[in-house]
Amino acid sequence: MNTPSTPAHAAQAGLKALVRSLNFWYGDFQALKNIDFPVEQNRVTALIGPSGCGKSTFLRCFNRMHDLYPNMRYAGEILLYPDGVNIVDRHVDPIEVRMRISMVFQKPNPFPKSIYENVAYGLRVRGVRNRQLIDEKVEEALRSAALWNEVQDRLDDLAFNLSGGQQQRLCIARALATDPEILLFDEPTSALDPIATARIEELLDELKERVTILIVTHNMQQAARVSAFTAFMYLGELIEFDDTRKMFTNPSSKLTEEYITGRFG
Amino acid sequence: MNGIPWKEAAAQPAAVGPAPWRATPPGRWRRALGEAAIEGLLFLAALVSVATTLAIVAILVWESIVFFRSVPLIDFLTDTQWTPLFDDAHFGIIALLSGTLTTTLVALVVAIPLGTILAIYLSEFAGYRVREFAKPFLELLGGIPTIIYGYFALLFVTPMLQKLYPELPGFNMLSAGLVMGIMIVPYVSSLSEDAMRGVPMDMREASYAVGATRLQTALFVVTPAALSGIASSYILGISRAVGETMVVAIAAGMQPKLTFNPTEPAATITAYIVQVALGDLPHGSIGYQTIFAAGLTLMLITLLFNILGHLLRKRFREVY
Repeated sequence: MNTPSTPAHAAQAGLKALVRSLNFWYGDFQALKNIDFPVEQNRVTALIGPSGCGKSTFLRCFNRMHDLYPNMRYAGEILLYPDGVNIVDRHVDPIEVRMRISMVFQKPNPFPKSIYENVAYGLRVRGVRNRQLIDEKVEEALRSAALWNEVQDRLDDLAFNLSGGQQQRLCIARALATDPEILLFDEPTSALDPIATARIEELLDELKERVTILIVTHNMQQAARVSAFTAFMYLGELIEFDDTRKMFTNPSSKLTEEYITGRFG
Repeated sequence: MNGIPWKEAAAQPAAVGPAPWRATPPGRWRRALGEAAIEGLLFLAALVSVATTLAIVAILVWESIVFFRSVPLIDFLTDTQWTPLFDDAHFGIIALLSGTLTTTLVALVVAIPLGTILAIYLSEFAGYRVREFAKPFLELLGGIPTIIYGYFALLFVTPMLQKLYPELPGFNMLSAGLVMGIMIVPYVSSLSEDAMRGVPMDMREASYAVGATRLQTALFVVTPAALSGIASSYILGISRAVGETMVVAIAAGMQPKLTFNPTEPAATITAYIVQVALGDLPHGSIGYQTIFAAGLTLMLITLLFNILGHLLRKRFREVY
C-alpha cells in the first residue's frame, strides 16, 4: 500500500476538480454563493459546517443530483480534470457526469435485490453483459469495500439482510464497481454505530489510493481524522478552505474557530 | 419555624404535591359508558360488513346445495352446454366460464400493459402539471357508468371492428373485452402508481448516482420494488373483469357457448345471471337455482384470485 509520501503517490497527485464561483438556487433561494476551491486528486476533502449551510447541496452539485428535482439552477463552474469540462454546464449530460462521479448517501440505501445484483447494477445500466467481467468487478468492488469476506458465501442473499454498517459498505461497493473518478460521501456514517463508523473511516483511507473523495460530515473529529483538506461552509458561503491540520489547529477565520471549538452549530 | 416539625412537613405535600389519589375520580363512570357506547357502535359497523358477507355466502351455498341435489356436480363441471331453461336441460358451467375467461383475457391484454405503462409514466416521467391534469381524467374513466361502456362497445367499437373485419358478428366478446379493458385501466394504473410512488426517493437517487437513466431506474429499481403493489392492482383488475356484468351482457351476447374465440358471441356467467334474473322464473324452480350455482362459481373464482394475489404479495414483498 502506498503511503502519501511515496513518489508513486506524489506523481498521481494533482488537481482533480476546480470549483469556480459556483452559485446554486432552489427556486428563489440561493443555497450556494460564489464558492471557489480546489479538489486534490487522491485526497480526502471534507466539507463541514452547521446544518443548512449548504454542504450537502454543494456535494450534490458534483453529480448533478439536483437535476432530478424541478426549479433549480446552477451558475459558475465545476471543472473536472484532466479534461477541464464544466460538469454543471447545462449542455453536459448529467448521466455522463454520474458515470464518473458516484455517490454514497447518508442512509444506507441498497436496492431490494441480492448483494450481487446491488454491486452489479452500475455495470448493468452501462450495458455490460459479460458475466465473467461482472463477476470480477463485483468481487473487486466488494473487496475494496472490505465486505467480500463477510458476504462471499451469500452473494444471492437479499441486501436487506445485512447489518446497517454492512449495507453502507455494500453501497460503497456499488459506487466503486464502475470505477468512478470521484466518490462523494454525504454523511455516510451518521446512521451507523461507532464500530461501523470506524470501519468506514478506515475504508476511506484505503480508497483514496484509487479515487478522489469528497465527504460531508457533521462530525468534526471525523473530518480531522479522515481528510487532508477541509472546507468550512456557513450560510451558503465557503468561509475557509485549508489543509485539515492547519484548519483545526490554527484557523484563519474567527467563524471557523468558533465552529470547530463548538461555540455554535 | 416554631411549630411542631413533623406536622408542618405533613401539611406541605397537600399544598404543593400532586392531588391525592382517588380510586373513582368524578365523571369516571360517565366516561367509561361513553367509551363503551362508541366502541359498541364501531363494532356494529364492522359487524354489518362481516355479517353481510357471511349472509351472502350462506345463501349462495344453501341455494346451491338445493341446485346440486337435482344436478350432479360432475355434470355441472363437465357438460359442455348450458341450457337450463330448455326442455333438454344441460347445466355445463364451462359453457359460461369460457365466455367469462375469454372476455377477461381480452380485457387484461388491454388493461395490464396500458395500465402499467401509464403508471410508470405518471409516477416516473410526468411532470407535476401533467400528472395533476391527467389523474382526474383517469379517475373519471373509472367513474363512467358501466352501462355506458356497454353501449359504447356495442354501438361504437363493434362497428369499428367490423370495418376491419367484416365477418364479425354484432355481438362479440372481442369488443366487450376491449372496452372492459379500457374500463379497468384506471384501477390498474392508479394502484400501481401509488405503489411506485411509495418507493422511497433515496432508492431512485441511488440508481441515478451510478449513472442510470430514468427508464433504467423506472424499470430496474422502482418497478421491482413496487412489484407487490403492482401485482395487487392486476389482481383487482382481474376481479373486476370477471365480475363485470353490463358491458358483456350488452355487447358480448346472451348465448351460452363453449368457445374461446373472442370474435364469437358468447354469454358470460354474469350475463347469464342478468338475463335469468330479469325474467320471471318461478321461485324454487331449477332455473331459479342456477342463478345461485352460477353466482357461487363467480365468487369462488374471485376468491381464488384474491388468495392468489395475497400469496403473490407475500412472495414478492420487497421491504424497504
